[in-house]
Amino acid sequence: MVSHAIEVRNLYKIFGPRGGDYVDQVKNGLGKAELNEKYGHVLGLRDINISMPAGGIMVVMGLSGSGKSTLIRHINRLIDPTAGEVLYDGVDVCKMNENDLREFRRHKTAMVFQKFALLPHRTVLENTVYGLEIQGVGQEEREKRARQWIARVGLSGFENHYPNQLSGGMQQRVGLARALTNDADILLMDEAYSALDPLIRVDMQTVLLDLQKELKKTVVFITHDLDEALRLGDKIAILRDGMVVQQGTGQEIVLNPADEYITAFVKEVNRGRVVNVETIMAPLSGNPEGMPIAKGTVLEVAARAMTAVNQTLAHVVDETGKPVGAISLSAIISSMVTPTSHEAKAA
Amino acid sequence: MAGICELLPGFLCKFPAFSDASVRGARKVIDDGFKGLVREYVNLIDAMVQPLQWFLNYLERLFVSSPWPIILIIMVAIVYFGSRNMKITIGTALSMFAIGLLGLWNDTMVTLAMVTVCTMIAIVVGIPIGILMARSDRVQGIINPILDVMQTMPSFVYLIPVVMIFGIGKVPGLIAVVIYAVPPMIRLTNLGIRLVDKEVLEAADAFGSSGWQKLKNVQMPLALPTIMAGINQTIMMSLAMVVVASMVGVGGLGKNVLQAINNQFFTVGFLNGFALVAIAIIFDRTSQAYGKRLQKHSEVIHG
Repeated sequence: MVSHAIEVRNLYKIFGPRGGDYVDQVKNGLGKAELNEKYGHVLGLRDINISMPAGGIMVVMGLSGSGKSTLIRHINRLIDPTAGEVLYDGVDVCKMNENDLREFRRHKTAMVFQKFALLPHRTVLENTVYGLEIQGVGQEEREKRARQWIARVGLSGFENHYPNQLSGGMQQRVGLARALTNDADILLMDEAYSALDPLIRVDMQTVLLDLQKELKKTVVFITHDLDEALRLGDKIAILRDGMVVQQGTGQEIVLNPADEYITAFVKEVNRGRVVNVETIMAPLSGNPEGMPIAKGTVLEVAARAMTAVNQTLAHVVDETGKPVGAISLSAIISSMVTPTSHEAKAA
Repeated sequence: MAGICELLPGFLCKFPAFSDASVRGARKVIDDGFKGLVREYVNLIDAMVQPLQWFLNYLERLFVSSPWPIILIIMVAIVYFGSRNMKITIGTALSMFAIGLLGLWNDTMVTLAMVTVCTMIAIVVGIPIGILMARSDRVQGIINPILDVMQTMPSFVYLIPVVMIFGIGKVPGLIAVVIYAVPPMIRLTNLGIRLVDKEVLEAADAFGSSGWQKLKNVQMPLALPTIMAGINQTIMMSLAMVVVASMVGVGGLGKNVLQAINNQFFTVGFLNGFALVAIAIIFDRTSQAYGKRLQKHSEVIHG
């Protein structure tokens, strides 16, 4: 199974009975407020173009009302777009007929929901087999596969409990197991962890990252939490008022916020966990000094390693062990604190 | 007031009704037309209700002619396995004993057969209609006023066309009872399905459920508590209507009540009335306890 990239192209969504009539006007610059005031329609998404990396985690971030939940529902077409395309493996999801769409949902996508959306009258095991049951997989086979995923998310022994008997974190593990049991290429996670306690949330993020290392699914993860976005995202898109304000890697967004909105967002971020050593390293002058640090290490880890051995200088090495740059502890620390320019910008 | 009327033109004082002759004419046309229609299709109508007649007769014979201990044991067993409640079970046994001792056993069996058939028909008819209503606002818009009429029209009034179409007997009584008892079944099925959590439905959609799979796996199970309440209401209304239906030839406890009313037999009336109450309470407690047991999963809340 190879996951493909998802291409979202020129996607528009206008909520209301005659949304299609206003697409051209919106394309010509009709604003959200104006559309609502004049025509009573709500602009959900406006000209979304995102290419979601194959086998990677794409995080879509935004505050409530930014359209992020609307966007993820276009990928399995729980919401029909007003205009635009969602391409998976060269096929436009938006043009599928009812049967193809059902097959696509059954075999290519699996979804995890913010409020878990488990079936309250079914046990953990019966919830987990749901996707396979819908596909018509035999009982023995589907329960075997479900038990395996229940164990992977750490719920062994709870197979016969009802959702009501579990805590929120455990319920979401069931939601995750249910989605993974489907063995679909695409994993859609709609604010999957937003309803969980901070500690359990971090725990569940770790579960996802560990699983993703071997599964390599195309994950679309919706969140309103930048720390979560930075921790999980191979690529991040930030949505505001139904438009993409900026997209790129976490590092790109933290170091080069596109506007004041994002600057305000990234101000509070722990840069030490986002920025890599090669981003701030100086060119190598002369022989490499101090300890070697692998490329791709984040500043916090590098600083911890250097202070542990009491060194102020280090050099960055690439995958083959070749030195590519030099770095000092003071440079690391000054990059970890928020630059004044950002604070001034945000203020 | 008379003073004002003298000053006004006549049509403002007395409501200008159609003339008696024209109303009579219209009434005659409608009545004759209806009678003619019934006469024309009498064979078809008889053929259609024949299975009902057979079923009802069969069940009635079964209930009445079986030895009473067997019926009693079966009833107590059903109540016990339905409710898993000793109090309800013992109460059932005691009240059935009392009914038997008072000489009302056979009449009670006849009524029991009637209510059983009525409830089954009401469920078979009501649930699909309720499902259709839940799926479409248009259907709901059409059926809701019909249900309003069915529920508010005095039951004696629709006995008239029922008797005109089906004559006097058990089946017309059965149909009258079903008409009276089916609205809560339909309404509560509709309501139950409409109240199903939108997010769970969305999840079912996201996993690619077909319409039937959604109905079978999500909507019906989650609507079940409400549907059970509907079944409970239907049973209660059937029991109430059985008395009225005795006016068109339904036997059992209702007939005794009717005779008691006609002859002012105070004791007979109340004894039969209490027998009906006893059956009603047995049905009600058992079906409610059963419904609650079905919902066991929702009671254990994580603490």
